[in-house]
Amino acid sequence: MNIIDRRLNPKGKSLANRQRFLRRAKEQIVKAVRDSSGKRSIQDIENGDKISISTGGVREPTFHRSASGGLREHVVPGNKEFVEGDTIPRPEGGGGRGGSEGSPDGEGEDDFRFVLSREEFLDIFMEDLELPDLVKQKIKQTENYSLHRAGYSSSGSPSNLNLVRTMRNSLSRRIALRRPKPEEIERLEQEIAELEAGGTDDARLAELRGELERQLRRSKVIPYLDPVDVRYNRFERVPRPVAQAVMFCLMDVSGSMTEHMKDLAKRFFILLYLFLKRRYRHVDIVFIRHTHEAKEVDEETFFYSAETGGTVVSTALEEMRRIIADRYPEAEWNIYAAQASDGDNMSNDNAKSAALLENVILPMCQYFAYIEVSQDYEGGLGGALGSSLGRETDLWRTYKLVAKPGAPIAMRKVRTRREIFPVFRDLFSRENATA
Amino acid sequence: MSMQMLDDGNQLIFEGADWDYDKIKRAYDAIERIAFDEMGLDIYPNQIEVITAEQMLDAYSSIGMPLMYKHWSFGKHFAQDETLYRKGLRGLAYEIVINSSPCISYIMEENSMTMQTLVIAHAAFGHNHFFKNNNLFRQWTDAKGILDYLEFAKTFILKCEERYGHQAVERTLDAAHALMSHGVHRYPRKQPLDLREEQRREDERQEYNRKMYNDLWRTVPTKPGVKESVSAVESRKALLALPEENILYFLEKKAPRLHQWQREILRIVRRVAQYFYPQKQTKLMNEGCATYTHYYIMNRLHQKGLMSDGALLEFLHSHTSVVFQPNFDDPRFSGINPYAIGFAMMQDIERIATNPTDEDREWFPDYAGNGDAMGTLREAWANFRDESFVLQYLSPALMRKMRMFEVRNDASEPEMLVEAIHNERGYRKVRKALARQYDIGYLEPDIQILDVDLAGDRKLILQHRVINRVLLDESDARAVLRHIANLWGYEVMLVEVDATTEAVLKEHTVSASSLLLS
Repeated sequence: MNIIDRRLNPKGKSLANRQRFLRRAKEQIVKAVRDSSGKRSIQDIENGDKISISTGGVREPTFHRSASGGLREHVVPGNKEFVEGDTIPRPEGGGGRGGSEGSPDGEGEDDFRFVLSREEFLDIFMEDLELPDLVKQKIKQTENYSLHRAGYSSSGSPSNLNLVRTMRNSLSRRIALRRPKPEEIERLEQEIAELEAGGTDDARLAELRGELERQLRRSKVIPYLDPVDVRYNRFERVPRPVAQAVMFCLMDVSGSMTEHMKDLAKRFFILLYLFLKRRYRHVDIVFIRHTHEAKEVDEETFFYSAETGGTVVSTALEEMRRIIADRYPEAEWNIYAAQASDGDNMSNDNAKSAALLENVILPMCQYFAYIEVSQDYEGGLGGALGSSLGRETDLWRTYKLVAKPGAPIAMRKVRTRREIFPVFRDLFSRENATA
Repeated sequence: MSMQMLDDGNQLIFEGADWDYDKIKRAYDAIERIAFDEMGLDIYPNQIEVITAEQMLDAYSSIGMPLMYKHWSFGKHFAQDETLYRKGLRGLAYEIVINSSPCISYIMEENSMTMQTLVIAHAAFGHNHFFKNNNLFRQWTDAKGILDYLEFAKTFILKCEERYGHQAVERTLDAAHALMSHGVHRYPRKQPLDLREEQRREDERQEYNRKMYNDLWRTVPTKPGVKESVSAVESRKALLALPEENILYFLEKKAPRLHQWQREILRIVRRVAQYFYPQKQTKLMNEGCATYTHYYIMNRLHQKGLMSDGALLEFLHSHTSVVFQPNFDDPRFSGINPYAIGFAMMQDIERIATNPTDEDREWFPDYAGNGDAMGTLREAWANFRDESFVLQYLSPALMRKMRMFEVRNDASEPEMLVEAIHNERGYRKVRKALARQYDIGYLEPDIQILDVDLAGDRKLILQHRVINRVLLDESDARAVLRHIANLWGYEVMLVEVDATTEAVLKEHTVSASSLLLS
């Protein structure tokens, strides 16, 4: 008998099969990820997920008998009351109580769930949105540098001298070259002194003197500390993303915002969040919703509740200003805002909004994105509610006045999910940002 | 520690739950003595490999083989198993054992020492003995060659992926997998199987064909005006060796438009199917044999004072959950548990051999009361498969004990009928019906390739002989036919005919999408 320990063998032997499976089930997984990203909270989106897909597309068909029809006989255990000739009502599904003709290998249409890793999830999520190289486009933004330890070097400024490493090198060199230790020389000297005092063994004395001389010479030739031993700490300048950012999500939740519109907005916010998350160590999200008055709310309320009432956009901007003053000092935070709206606003509020935006909000913001969501054309109700069919909305006109070249604001219209990513890319690519 | 000491003193081979190599070695030696001296088992050399739970999942998903070519369906099964396992819906099997020589058994590091002992007794001795001695395995599998062959298969398919692209290989494998259960030669071959030798001979044959091929022969004129006669049909069928029930084999050899590498892939899948064919037919017996073996050995270890009471209890707990058989009306019921019925039948044979009743003497005159339980069992293990084993050995006593009954479910009747129960009139009927439940020839639809319309559009004609009016599942059948059509390169027709009346019940026709060959 042999016992072999295989525990250290590479794990994940099935990784290649898993990749093949993901590739195979791509279509359904993409769909599942898309559905799932709609349901999840923005901060969760970055984690991997359990995805359930139907086995339909990844069925492995075989020739087998159908589960119904014909004549079947089963032997089953556990008879309690039946005698020969009894009849039993047929259970639902017609497979027969024995069930052995059923589907032992899971040929059924059951969904099955499996876990996608964070990378796999993001990959597919991003792929769905056709993510370009965001980092490259944004790298031009200012960055701080920080010094990071990066090993040792043999040259440098004295203040960076690494004593431990230097002494260690020195010690190993001394050992390797067998530099005599002070005790050894001391011992030799002492022995010579004793012999000189005794004065009997001249030959031995001569030998010892020769030895002492050799050792003394050796310790001169092999210095205690040599320039080759010296090591300095080395530092490298590492570009460091600016430490923190806050993202304001502003949304009009008055009755005219449909689920579809909120979904579009949410997807936009998710992208913004993922994008910021990659650049900053710490990203805060503030959700502000407004009707004729604005309130900071949690994500759940933000996306999943509807209010009625008039629409006064300036309240949201006011609220944003208040929160910034309260918690996010401009000097320490990079402030981003995205506003999603269907474009309705009280006409008497437009001037106020424009002024507020231009004079207060924009100077504080790194970037302000306005997306105007509207009903999907194919969505049936489209025309009636969609306010961006041709005519420009009040808000659009208002913001257009503010969006002068050079101002960190961009505005786009989004109708379908497909458009979200291109719009996002458009908004956040440096060249077009102020268009 | 010497064997002498083991026998003399009250020397436990292990204490506590933790295992180490030393304990495993001691347990193995003690098990081996019981297995050889008392049970007379005959096994391949053993190789025991310790793996982690994660590796066990890996091994699971490639149908338990340590080496396997890559394909998405293994990834799918992995994902499924993993999810179930993580959710805690399914425990991992404690062991996987491979029919090879040396016989490889995997044990998980997470197992307690009692479980390791159980697994060694179960897999390294029970299954191992069965693999080595059962007639079907002897006839069909080459335990020495299988790992080498799989190594070859794996590299071959990898190379194909590099050369012809993932997609082309995947399509071919998908098609081959769909036909896996129809890629088996069901009748015993004459010479013993040697996969490596076989491979070499096949290469030689191909080379010979290549050298001898002369396109001129195709142009030799036939007599004008001779219509294809009945005899021509006959000779064509003879030429193509039709009818043929091994669909994969037929396609591999005769499909006109396949590339050489595609033929080789079909062949690999066919070989794998053939390798697993005996396992399919002996599930009940194989598990019964292993379960009986571990039960015997573990109890003997305890009796000999080599295993503590605590360990015995731990063992019994897992043993009983393995052989648990819910009744038909229990929500947990999902068919007859092969461990349960297998173990029950083995124990029943032991009882009949050593302590028979009059009824047993009447039913089993050959071995009732012969006093040699182990000999009787070994003979059964060697010479039967599930179907014939049930047919010969299932006793009335066991049928009563399990309260078996036979239900007849005729779709044309409003209700199901209890055909027979565990009484004097019913024993033979129940037994016969149960045996049929294990008869692979009955379980798998009988599908054969009947003919090819060579003069016309080269349509491939298959026939399904329908038993008891149970037709094929239509959507799956069409999907498989599409695979066949893609391999064959032309249209495929499947005719379902009633096996008794020859009446045509249904026809499916599928044409090739030719994607495979592009």
